[in-house]
Amino acid sequence: MRKYDFTRRSLLKGTALAGVGLAAPTILTSKSWAANYLNEPTGSTVTFGFNVPQTGAYADEGADELRAYELAVEHINGEGDGGMLNTFSSKELKGNGINGKKVVFVTGDTQTKSDAARASAKRMVEKDGAIMITGGSSSGVAVAVQSYCQDAGVIFMAGLTHSNDTTGKDKRANGFRHFFNTEMSGAALAPVLERNFGKDRVAYHLTADYNWGWSQEGSIKKYTEKLGWQTASAVRTPLGSGDFSQYITPVLNSGADVLVLNHYGRDMVNSLTQSVQFGLRDKQVNGKEFAIVVPLYSRLMAQGAGENVKGIYGSTNWHWSLQDEGSKAFVKSFGQKYGFPPSQAAHTCYVQAILYADAAQRAGTFRPSGVGAALEGFEFDGMGNGPTEYRADDHQCFKDVLVVKGKENPTSQFDVLEVVEITPRAQVEYPASLLGGELGPYNDGV
Amino acid sequence: MDQIFLQVLNGLDKGGAYALIALGLTIIFGTLGVVNFAHGALFMLGAFCAVTVKALLETSKVTTDPTQLTAWGTPVEVRTPYIEAWLGDFGTLLVDFSVPASIIIAIPVMLLIGVAMERGLIRFFYKRPHAEQILVTFGLAIVLQEIVKSQFGANPIPQPAPDAAKGMVDFGAFIGFQAGSVVYPAWRLIYFLFSLMVIGAVFAFLQFTTFGMVVRAGMADRETVGLLGIDIDRRFTIVFGIAAVVAGLAGVMYTPILSPDYHMGMDFLVLSFVVVVVGGMGSLPGAVVAGFLLGIVQSFASMNEVKAILPGIDQIIIYLIAVVILLARPRGLMGRKGVMEA
Repeated sequence: MRKYDFTRRSLLKGTALAGVGLAAPTILTSKSWAANYLNEPTGSTVTFGFNVPQTGAYADEGADELRAYELAVEHINGEGDGGMLNTFSSKELKGNGINGKKVVFVTGDTQTKSDAARASAKRMVEKDGAIMITGGSSSGVAVAVQSYCQDAGVIFMAGLTHSNDTTGKDKRANGFRHFFNTEMSGAALAPVLERNFGKDRVAYHLTADYNWGWSQEGSIKKYTEKLGWQTASAVRTPLGSGDFSQYITPVLNSGADVLVLNHYGRDMVNSLTQSVQFGLRDKQVNGKEFAIVVPLYSRLMAQGAGENVKGIYGSTNWHWSLQDEGSKAFVKSFGQKYGFPPSQAAHTCYVQAILYADAAQRAGTFRPSGVGAALEGFEFDGMGNGPTEYRADDHQCFKDVLVVKGKENPTSQFDVLEVVEITPRAQVEYPASLLGGELGPYNDGV
Repeated sequence: MDQIFLQVLNGLDKGGAYALIALGLTIIFGTLGVVNFAHGALFMLGAFCAVTVKALLETSKVTTDPTQLTAWGTPVEVRTPYIEAWLGDFGTLLVDFSVPASIIIAIPVMLLIGVAMERGLIRFFYKRPHAEQILVTFGLAIVLQEIVKSQFGANPIPQPAPDAAKGMVDFGAFIGFQAGSVVYPAWRLIYFLFSLMVIGAVFAFLQFTTFGMVVRAGMADRETVGLLGIDIDRRFTIVFGIAAVVAGLAGVMYTPILSPDYHMGMDFLVLSFVVVVVGGMGSLPGAVVAGFLLGIVQSFASMNEVKAILPGIDQIIIYLIAVVILLARPRGLMGRKGVMEA
């Protein structure tokens, strides 16, 4: 009869050997050994992650962003009419994908909530293998997702985010923004306000009480006070107030002759509608016509305010009525596919997708540090905003800014705003150090 | 002084909306004992009745003009509303008055929605704990919201007041202030008067009709009314419908003040519950008084002079008042003994 000596030591040895044996086949295919960077595409496709609000108050804007991304993917892959690829100054993209790989995409729902946006970005990176995350309709979301992408090691191409912080104190090496910011809005609007309303004005601010609102209020105050305007009061209003009448009634007899509404989206629609109801647009104060200013306009949302936007000044990143070749090509492409013109959110998202694709093509890699280096300092034209530069110091695009006014005689439901001035890039440029923050090093995710 | 008067007016029109929604909530709670978290959604559905009526009135014959092209190269669409083509100036007037005209449509629609909600869902939860009632009605509110969003989108939809009611009313001239010092939007005053009318009508209905008498008796002692051979459940179903109509009408007339979107009901829901609790659970006069009171207090708390002393007070004042009142009068301002005191 055979006797087996089965000791604790032999069990441990055996288990260790079995572990090594089982792990051996996987060690060569493990991501950490095989990949040069996170989610390096190994097949015939590369995956983009479109993180947009699909539910919540900005769902319509998110839907427009998604339409633009789908169009961009079509154009990158050589389908459709090519859109702005035909007018883009860089001719690296040939309509056969990027670096020989067709682009596919996955989508996530930010819900316009930072935690939900981070979670959906994480899911797209970790589960779906997204090489780049892009989209969004809020600065809070942009800052949160940008921070996640930096930590994870993928590029983040911001969607609609207007707060200075995105490329200011919260900037990150892996994050890039095409959209303008509150500093640029202030710099672009101030001269137009001076020409139309003069230097002797008293402004009253109603400000959405969160990061973007404070940023917007600060910039407009800074530039209007430089003109000689006084600030009567700056009142913070809770986000999503609905009825702003209790904040508007104190304006009536405050002595102010300008009301600045630092509100966006639904808040903007409601505060503007109610301000007009209270007769502020037609009021006379200090012998002058009362004025209302909406520093950040969104055509998509201004439609919600209807005729109340008439004659109200503001700024915007892009407008479909622009007559440059790039804008015309994009509006034609988008309009023919969907039956209506694109919003500024759709435009910035489309451009961001194309810019990423072009940078990856020029870099010959999807490695974040390689794509980032290709984007840094990149100068381009033909994308609807005139000559533009992705500044290396803060990953912020610098380009002309549009000052718009609510149209008096709209010809359609989309014809809400008219461009009154294209403020040249030089007038809105500022030193990168002004807004603070540090880019830090790139993270390739390995 | 003019500032104070303006804030009182402001509180009254805001309070009108709170009171109307809280009134419906209280009616449902007082009769059926159900905590209805879908009540804000009924306010929103009322508002979307106005949106739908306007859209129907503006239904247009669409022709294309091949001589004009859109920016994307397709022929421009020319829209001619049928109603204007058929009725001329009267059609234009009807479109202009679409918000008040919506009341006629909203009453039967909201009554039907209310009855369907009660018969189809709420009645199965009468004997369940309040926590389950809250969960099911809150879930229903989310479902209704998402249905509206899928049909109308997420963005607010403008609903202008009729041209004749768009101007301002100069109160200063009426009450001895300097002319032009107290001016207030006409539509908001109309809304305040409208809310008083609806509140008066509900009270008159409950006070002076046999139906109302039975309902009040049922609110006091449901079992005894049942023993008298009266089908109180059927009457309570109609009461639920009436509460839905009140919330719906509040929503219809509020659309020129707040461009409707799918989420507007939720904004009012929490405030309305606070109003009901402050007024006293199950007390109809309490809901009305608390609605106007909290509207006015909220307006005063938003004055710069107040906020300079207590920053952020405008955002918490309603809840502070609720805490103080519940500490001093645990049944609320006009609460009845025995309600929610199992």
